[in-house]
Amino acid sequence: MKRHTLVAISYLLATVSAATLGAQAVPRIKFEKYTLPNGLEVILHEDHSTPIVTVNTWYKVGSGDEKPGRTGFAHLFEHIMFMGSQHVPVGMFDKELEAAGADNNGSTTEDRTNYYENLPSNALPLALWLDADRMGFLLPTMDKAKLDLQREVVKNERRERVDNVPYGRGDEMILAALYPKGHPYSWSVIGSMADLGAASVEDVSNFFRTYYAPNNATLVIAGDFEPAEAKRLVRLYFGDIPRGPALPARPRVAPVRLAKDTFMVLEDKVQLPRAFYDWPTVKIFDADDAALDVLASVLASGKNSRLYKRLVYDMQVAQNVFASQQSSKLAGRFEIDITPKPGQSPAVIDKVLNEELQKIMNEPITDRELKRVQNSFRSSFLNRLSGVLGKSETLNTYNYMAGNPDYVQQDAARYDRVTAADVQRVAKTYLGRPRVVLTIVPEGKREMMLTAASRGAQ
Amino acid sequence: MKLQHIQQFRAGMVALLIPVLGEAQATLDRSKVPALGPPPKVSLPPVVTRQLPNGLKLMIVEQHELPLADFVLVVGSGGTVDPASKGGVANLTAAILTEGTTSRNSLQISDQIAFLGIGLTASSNWDATTVSLHTPTSQLDSALALFADVALRPSFPAEDFERVKKNRLTSLVQLKDRPTAIADQAYAAVLYGRQHPYGHNLLGNEASVSAMTTADLQSFYRANFLPNNSTLIIVGDVTPARIESKIASLFSSWQRGNVSPLTFDSAPKAAATTVYLIDKPGAAQSSFRIGSIGVPRSTKDYFALAVMNTILGGSFTSRLMQNLRETHGYTYGARSRFDMRQSAGPFTASAEVVAAKTDSGLVEFMKELNAIRDTVPSAELRKAKRYLQLGMPGDFESTQQIANQLVPVALYGLPLDYYNSYVSNIENITQADVQRVARQYIDPANLAIVIVGDRKSIESGLKAVNAGPIQIRDFFGQPITP
Repeated sequence: MKRHTLVAISYLLATVSAATLGAQAVPRIKFEKYTLPNGLEVILHEDHSTPIVTVNTWYKVGSGDEKPGRTGFAHLFEHIMFMGSQHVPVGMFDKELEAAGADNNGSTTEDRTNYYENLPSNALPLALWLDADRMGFLLPTMDKAKLDLQREVVKNERRERVDNVPYGRGDEMILAALYPKGHPYSWSVIGSMADLGAASVEDVSNFFRTYYAPNNATLVIAGDFEPAEAKRLVRLYFGDIPRGPALPARPRVAPVRLAKDTFMVLEDKVQLPRAFYDWPTVKIFDADDAALDVLASVLASGKNSRLYKRLVYDMQVAQNVFASQQSSKLAGRFEIDITPKPGQSPAVIDKVLNEELQKIMNEPITDRELKRVQNSFRSSFLNRLSGVLGKSETLNTYNYMAGNPDYVQQDAARYDRVTAADVQRVAKTYLGRPRVVLTIVPEGKREMMLTAASRGAQ
Repeated sequence: MKLQHIQQFRAGMVALLIPVLGEAQATLDRSKVPALGPPPKVSLPPVVTRQLPNGLKLMIVEQHELPLADFVLVVGSGGTVDPASKGGVANLTAAILTEGTTSRNSLQISDQIAFLGIGLTASSNWDATTVSLHTPTSQLDSALALFADVALRPSFPAEDFERVKKNRLTSLVQLKDRPTAIADQAYAAVLYGRQHPYGHNLLGNEASVSAMTTADLQSFYRANFLPNNSTLIIVGDVTPARIESKIASLFSSWQRGNVSPLTFDSAPKAAATTVYLIDKPGAAQSSFRIGSIGVPRSTKDYFALAVMNTILGGSFTSRLMQNLRETHGYTYGARSRFDMRQSAGPFTASAEVVAAKTDSGLVEFMKELNAIRDTVPSAELRKAKRYLQLGMPGDFESTQQIANQLVPVALYGLPLDYYNSYVSNIENITQADVQRVARQYIDPANLAIVIVGDRKSIESGLKAVNAGPIQIRDFFGQPITP
């Protein structure tokens, strides 16, 4: 990381004169990228500041690639990847890593599945050996017992994250209403209980043969290693894993437009109602993506943000308010959620929200509002560079989403370029369109539901 | 065809990698775990200490990789000193610090934080109230001025306090929605009773927060926010001499005072193992909190307990996780921990268990809490020790991480070379040590078993397990009077 210090300082000097934020001086993550003959992409990034190395493998498959009736399968499969492979008996994967001082985990999104090990630099061969074995030799020891066990674990993960959590079941309703039937983002990553129950060993084999091939993966090694030795090890462990068949075409989707507003209600075991507003927007790195990020911050980040200041700070009718532009590889959505304080109705909140949205669509934001958000984004780019795990994830993200691991400068520059007029324009364009409104209400309080009529009814 | 590709690839590398080629061509035996070289020697950056004339201690670590710095002001008093009827006063005091100073109002502070692109927060736990600053060094002077203003010149504005208070009261209402939060709150109350500070919720309760005034906060602030009760941890792209003079100019006017020594009411004696069942109708999972009062941070058994707990429930391959998750699939995760504070904090084994397996889950918990008292196999001991020893450098990557690692050093008077001697202290732990602390601190005959779940569907199963008598409690862990 040391080699970036000079670059980083000049970038920060630019921050001081916030009026002239330049696009040129942003820290980079130096990398080397190559591809093995079997199609495995390899990205190396050296950082010798701490004797730690991260191995982070992305497979370009996520819940968006799932078939009807098998929602949640990509994530269930992720769990099975830790259950051992031909040369690694059940349980050994984690035991060997912990004995070497490693932390490891995996995660699944709509677009990709990742697996990482963060470990002392001497243990790099261990991580590569384990990851190669599950990439090349998962199926010989795969059986129904492994699947059944992780099926139960994942069902419990769903209970812990969704079913037994206040407001936890709302997101699935929103996804189903926001995206057309069959859209890859119209179901949740965790999937339904019924579909988890239906997954078979044959599904596991087919999914593995289709997606878990070197030509669908990117291996990032970041941290304290010698490049020549790392390349030798990668070739040794991964070089003879055969290339898989050509991959099915990625799902192609048209931009989502809702024909009209949708109002929904869900009764839940909650003390207070909560209103969720969702609009279809744009995918990650789209021309309007950064302006929508800025819009979300101007609305709900910090005490001076528009919605927080009015609803939480001045009127004190809301407990909290969140806004975000959630952009993924194929599509994005803008969400605002607001929890009224005890004794306050969602209708009161709804009226104020509408006033604030009208205002931000009709007048440009102030210079100070824009600078606050831009400066905070700038700092966040610097903060991402302080650990090798974080850097490995950043390299993989840019590689997959932007087609270039070294995209941090372009990414940061997007936020510098956003103008007050852009924020106004994207507010008008996207938040002016039909939306999905979900009110989650305490059991028996359906009358709290927001509807097209509720704005005049409070 | 595949093979041909690989041969071509290797041939292409010959010129560059002659010495390595022989190895690469050697037949790879994938069934052999790769032999690893010796683990890297790690020595953590030295901590420079200073003290201002008013008693404020400084701990400074230089870290120049990125133009960033972290500051943590550790005031050595937290929720433990909340008066019995004023639970939550430390927590609310922390919250009010960023709501106004003698020269800035709440919105101005928030505006500055965002405009400078810094992080500035205040929080409290049992033993400390902390003010933390994360800043690019380019903004150092402005950021430090704001940081000192918030820490030293809070104005306790009445209007803002009313807003913060309402917000806190609403959080307490919302707590009833979360079985995990109910379980934590009830477990503390069951273990420590109502007299001991650890029996309370750090947020306070509806009655104590409703009655709270800014005068209460000011008196907490005056009694505890003293330079001679505080340490300022500084980590980042700074040099000790220059940062010390900056700090001296900002913090020298801070007046020292008398620090009251901490005293504790004695905790109640552990009752014979009892199941405290808290009804959450329709809950999909049952929240388990099982354990007893553990040890203070000053325990001489710290390292033995760290190793023992790693084996029991401190890592993914620990016994609780392997049993309840990887063998039985009853839960997404099971774990255990010793929460060590100035006085003895709780030992807790916990999991969210699918409702239908609540009884079976309890059987497995009890099995493991008994089995840990037997000698642990040497391979398992070795794995736990290596996990702790070799994983430590991963906690020292960023300036923020290093600063947080120094908080217990400041708070509990650990030696400055604490982390450099950590590896050998763990190495010294034997099978006998692990067994001794397991037997001393985990007593299956005297456990509190708090379970928050759907009483209707789980009670009869729990009865049949017969781990102890069942008592029905409310969300605060108190007996329900019919």
